[in-house]
Amino acid sequence: MNTQLRQFYKKTMLKILKYSFYDLMRSRWSYVYFLFYLLLGVILLFLNNDLSKAIITLMNIIIILVPLIGTIFGVMYYYNSKEFTELLLAQPLKRSSIFLGQYFGVALSLSMSLVLGLGIPFIFYGLFKSAVIWDFSLLLINGSLLTFIFTALAFNIALSNENRIKGFGFAILLWLALAIIYDGFFLMSLIIFEDYPLDQLSIAGTMLNPIDLSRTLILLKLDISALLGYTGAVFKKFFGTNLGLIVSFVMLFMWVILPILRIVNKSKKKDF
Amino acid sequence: MAKSFLFLLVMTMTCFSYAQKINVCETCPISSIKKAISEANNSDTIIIKKGTYKEHNILIDKPLTLIGENYPTIDGEMKGEVLTIVADHVTVDGLFIKNVGTSYTEDYAAIRVKRSNNFLIQNLVLEKLFFGIYLEKANNGRVFHNKIIGNAEEEYNSGNGIQLWYSNYIEIEHNYIEQVRDGIYLEFANNCTIKNNISAKNLRYGLHFMFSNNDTYQNNTFEDNGAGVAVMFSKNIKMLDNVFQKNWGTASYGLLLKEINDAEITRNTFSKNTIAINIEGSNRINYTNNNFKNNGWAIKVRGACYNNYFTKNNFLYNSFDISYNSKVNDNKFDKNYWSNYTGYDLNKDGIGDVPYRPIKLFSYIVNKTPETIILLRSLFIDIIDFSEKVSPIFTPDNLLDNNPYVKQIEW
Repeated sequence: MNTQLRQFYKKTMLKILKYSFYDLMRSRWSYVYFLFYLLLGVILLFLNNDLSKAIITLMNIIIILVPLIGTIFGVMYYYNSKEFTELLLAQPLKRSSIFLGQYFGVALSLSMSLVLGLGIPFIFYGLFKSAVIWDFSLLLINGSLLTFIFTALAFNIALSNENRIKGFGFAILLWLALAIIYDGFFLMSLIIFEDYPLDQLSIAGTMLNPIDLSRTLILLKLDISALLGYTGAVFKKFFGTNLGLIVSFVMLFMWVILPILRIVNKSKKKDF
Repeated sequence: MAKSFLFLLVMTMTCFSYAQKINVCETCPISSIKKAISEANNSDTIIIKKGTYKEHNILIDKPLTLIGENYPTIDGEMKGEVLTIVADHVTVDGLFIKNVGTSYTEDYAAIRVKRSNNFLIQNLVLEKLFFGIYLEKANNGRVFHNKIIGNAEEEYNSGNGIQLWYSNYIEIEHNYIEQVRDGIYLEFANNCTIKNNISAKNLRYGLHFMFSNNDTYQNNTFEDNGAGVAVMFSKNIKMLDNVFQKNWGTASYGLLLKEINDAEITRNTFSKNTIAINIEGSNRINYTNNNFKNNGWAIKVRGACYNNYFTKNNFLYNSFDISYNSKVNDNKFDKNYWSNYTGYDLNKDGIGDVPYRPIKLFSYIVNKTPETIILLRSLFIDIIDFSEKVSPIFTPDNLLDNNPYVKQIEW
């Protein structure tokens, strides 16, 4: 492939990204999502005098709502813009750039709503002078990563299922599995194997689920870490070091990259 | 009237003229404290001027008053004990004592009171010490407004700030104790009062009772210790108006109760402790008007605790309010405020119409398998907690607060 062509593809991807992004901006959903977080941030900060408490509440919301909205929104956007996608496919464009453009458009606009919606009230609250700025930044980074992960997973589901009802069903099932059912099995395996050393198992179990990984990262940054007792000490030793932090972020990025690669593969082979 | 006044005046005059003043300074005829003591008569006052005195094993064997002017320094040069009091009616005031020797057989102290009564130890500053103030079979004394700054790093080779051993009727007030093993340690010490002290950053306990009965501690602050206060094998202890905070770590307690009977715990504030109160084998204790705020566990009951009564306490934003390790419950919770309460109050009498169940299923699970705490604040855990709340199976089903307050309790 010569450089000219490559540049052309890159440009088309950016163009589609831009188009998807502005399309979402024009639609009301982004604003609703943005306003929801804005309201949440304002209420939590100004009606609650304990800042670290506010961050914990925010964490609860982020690790549950962000994945849910990411999946539903991703699936919805894909099915809604299907006709336009088919029109684009008739043009001499690379398939991966069409789908990647759409994906990044959705994921970017969702994470922008999240970051701005929560960030603005915090800036007005005077966060830059406060000591919790790092906890808060971690919260926002985690939230954005979760958006990217779950939107990518949603695009995967939508690409594999022509049937909309089936697609939505799988999307909700995916969210249920990672947010709730996984923890149930995790808890059960910890109880069943309680006679064995569980440090490795619990670290591995946490690493494999992006929601659990984000939750643990945020909890360990907060004061609550000592509550975890001996296990917490093991965890802190792992996640508290730079290596642990790097490993867990690499893990989160893997959760973004692997589904994206599958989007590229799937879109190449798919018969429209 | 005038006659008796005159008589009093003459009496006091004679008293004063009888009690001599001896000055000690680096350039005076008497330049050492030991020499001053040997030359002094009973009830004399020794005034120690500003300067550094390199002395240790100073023995006060007669009723004297030692007063330091502008904090003279007594340097023990790490050679042994600095001041030892073996006489009654001794006052020590305003000294700066440092470099107490370390010994594992002798327990060297900056100042030791041995088998003496009616002493007063005040306004001292102690630094680089092994033991600080050691009261050994000494009664009716007062330890007031001292500052004890240790540099303890390991539990096994450090001493306690203020130690009482077989000492009764002692008042310990307005002291500041930092970085020793136990801030204040009472062993076989009865009828003592401990008030308005601050005990911080100690390796083991801020305050520690062993086999001591009928003591009161009030208005003290315990911060950032290995564990705030440990009360063990004692009876009738009153714990009032204290603050226990930031005792935070993998095995830290605000208050540790072990084999305690008939105590009273009132108006204390527990905030940001990993475990605010840890109870084991403790009976007939009344917990009233305490604030439990932002702790990991507010109350952790380990077993063999009967007839404890928790009333009018505020439980605010603790990760776990109460934790039990069995299904048996013989303790009563009544009229407390729980920030996690979600009931309603239709008749507006300030008391919720639905009983509150303070034990979560998750706290039971964590007790059995500590590693599961990693799932803290997971949605799944919230769901199983809710189902347990609706129909309790694993947690004591009679553990209820039947009259939970809907608003925070003020007193």
